[in-house]
Amino acid sequence: MLRAAVEFFASEQFLAVASALNSGFLVTLRLFFVTLLGALPLGLLISFGSMSRWAPLARPVGWALRRAGRAPGRVARALIRFCPVSLVCRLLVWIVRGTPLVLQIITLFYVPGMLGLFTWGGGSGARFTAVAAAFVINYAFYFSEIYRGGIQGVPVGQKEAGQVLGMTRRQIFFKITLLQMVKRIVPPMSNEIITLVKDTSLARVIALQEVIWMGESFMKGNKGISGLVWPLFFTAVYYLVFSGVVTILLGRLEKKLEFFR
Amino acid sequence: MAILQVQNIEKHFGPTRVLDDISFTLEQGQALAIIGSSGSGKTTLLRCLNFLETPDRGSIAVSGETLFDAQDPATQRESEVRKKRLHFGLVFQSFNLFPQYTALENVTLAVGLLSQERPDFKQNRRAIQEKIRADGMALLEQMGLSDRANHYPHQLSGGQQQRVAIARALALRPDILCFDEPTSALDPELTGEVLRVIRSLAQQKTTMIIVTHEMAFARDVADQVMFMDGGIVVEQGPARQVIEHPAQERTRRFLARYEGK
Repeated sequence: MLRAAVEFFASEQFLAVASALNSGFLVTLRLFFVTLLGALPLGLLISFGSMSRWAPLARPVGWALRRAGRAPGRVARALIRFCPVSLVCRLLVWIVRGTPLVLQIITLFYVPGMLGLFTWGGGSGARFTAVAAAFVINYAFYFSEIYRGGIQGVPVGQKEAGQVLGMTRRQIFFKITLLQMVKRIVPPMSNEIITLVKDTSLARVIALQEVIWMGESFMKGNKGISGLVWPLFFTAVYYLVFSGVVTILLGRLEKKLEFFR
Repeated sequence: MAILQVQNIEKHFGPTRVLDDISFTLEQGQALAIIGSSGSGKTTLLRCLNFLETPDRGSIAVSGETLFDAQDPATQRESEVRKKRLHFGLVFQSFNLFPQYTALENVTLAVGLLSQERPDFKQNRRAIQEKIRADGMALLEQMGLSDRANHYPHQLSGGQQQRVAIARALALRPDILCFDEPTSALDPELTGEVLRVIRSLAQQKTTMIIVTHEMAFARDVADQVMFMDGGIVVEQGPARQVIEHPAQERTRRFLARYEGK
C-alpha cells in the first residue's frame, strides 16, 4: 500500500500533472490577489458613492418654493431628495449583483471588440487582464455593500462625539469609524473572500489556464497524457489548502480586533 | 456681559415644532440646569448649541461673538462650524467613548489632532505631545481615574466611562460644558460618582449647562434652573426658587411627579 503510494507520487506522470497544476494554481493565485488589491479600495469608494447624500436640486427647489411661498408637494419633495450619485451607485450594485459573474466575464471580454470599442488583444496576458477587470468590478460592488453595512452599523453617537470634539470629517472617518467598521466587516468579508478563492475557477470560460482548466486538460489530452480523470479532482486539494490558509489568517485578524468592543 | 446669549431659537423636525422662541443668557462661572419631561426639547436645545442640529431661526453668541445666526448663511459654513464647536463641550447620555482607544487616548485624541494644526507642531512635536499626555493624565486624576488610564472603555463601569467622557470634553477647555442627562444611562448606585464630579466642577466655577432629571442635584448644584415643556421655556430663575417655590402651575405639576424620589 505504502509502496504503491510512493511509486505513484514519484511517477513521471504524477510529476508532469503536478507541475501543470502548479502553474495553473499560480494563475489562480494571481487572479485572487489582483482582485483583492483592486476590489478592496474600489469597493470602499463605491460604498461612499451609495451613501452620498449630495442632492443638487434641494437648494434650487427650496429656493423656488420659498419664493413662490408654497409648501412642498409630492414632486418637489422627490426632487429635493434626488441624490444622483447614490442612485447610480445603487443601480450598478443591483446590476452587478443581479447577474452571473460568468456572464460579466464573457461580456467584458467579447463585447468591447464586437462593438468596435477596443480589444483586449490575444494571448494569455490579455485574457488575464480582461478576467481580472471583471473580477475587480464584480467583487468591488459586493464589497461596497459590506462596507456600507459596516459603516452604517457604527453608532451615530461616535460620529457626533468626534464632531463635538472639533474633528474634521476625514479625521472622524480615519480615526474613529474605520477601525470599528473593519471589526464589523471581518466575518462577512471572510465569507466573500473564501467565495472568491473558488470563484476564480470561473475564469476558464474564456480559456484562462487556471488550475481547474489544467486539471481538466488531462482528460482531453495535455503533455501527451489523456483520459486521466484524477487530476481534475486533485485540484480540490489546492483549493482546500488555500482556503484553509485564508481562514486561519482572517481568524487571526478577528482575534487581533478583539481588544475592543 | 453674559458669556452665552441665546436668542429666539426655533427648530422644527418636519411639521413638528420642537423648540419655540427659546431665549436665555448664561453668566461666566454659572451652572444652568434644564429640567422637563422627555420630548420637551431640552436635548434638542443642547444639540443646537453644539451645532449637531441647525436651528431654523434665532442666534447664538458666545462672549459677544455671534457663532450662529439663522439669517446669515456665512455663519453656517462647515469649515467654520468646526472651530465654533470648540466653544462648547458636550457630555452625552450614552457616553459615546471611542471603543478602540484607551481612557487616556480618548481624552487626548482630539487635542492631539488639533495640535497638528499649530504652526510650531513640527519643531516641538515631542514637547507638545508630552504636554498633551500630561494634561490628559491630570484630567483623569481629577476624575479619580488615574489607575484606569490604560483601560479600554469596555473594561470600565458606566460611571467610570462617563467620567472619562467628562475628562474628554474638558480636555479641549470649552467655554461652556454641556451635559445631556449624564446619569440617565447609569445604574442608580453609579450616578453618585458622576454627580460628585459635576458638583466639584461647579465649585471650580466651570460654566455649565446640565440637562437632568435629578431634581435635588439641580437644586443644590445649579445657580439657575430652566423648566421646559412642549418646546418653550415655561419658567427660569434661581435654582432653589424654581424647584422649591415654582411660580407656574405647569412647573408645579411636573415637580410634583418627582416628589418622594
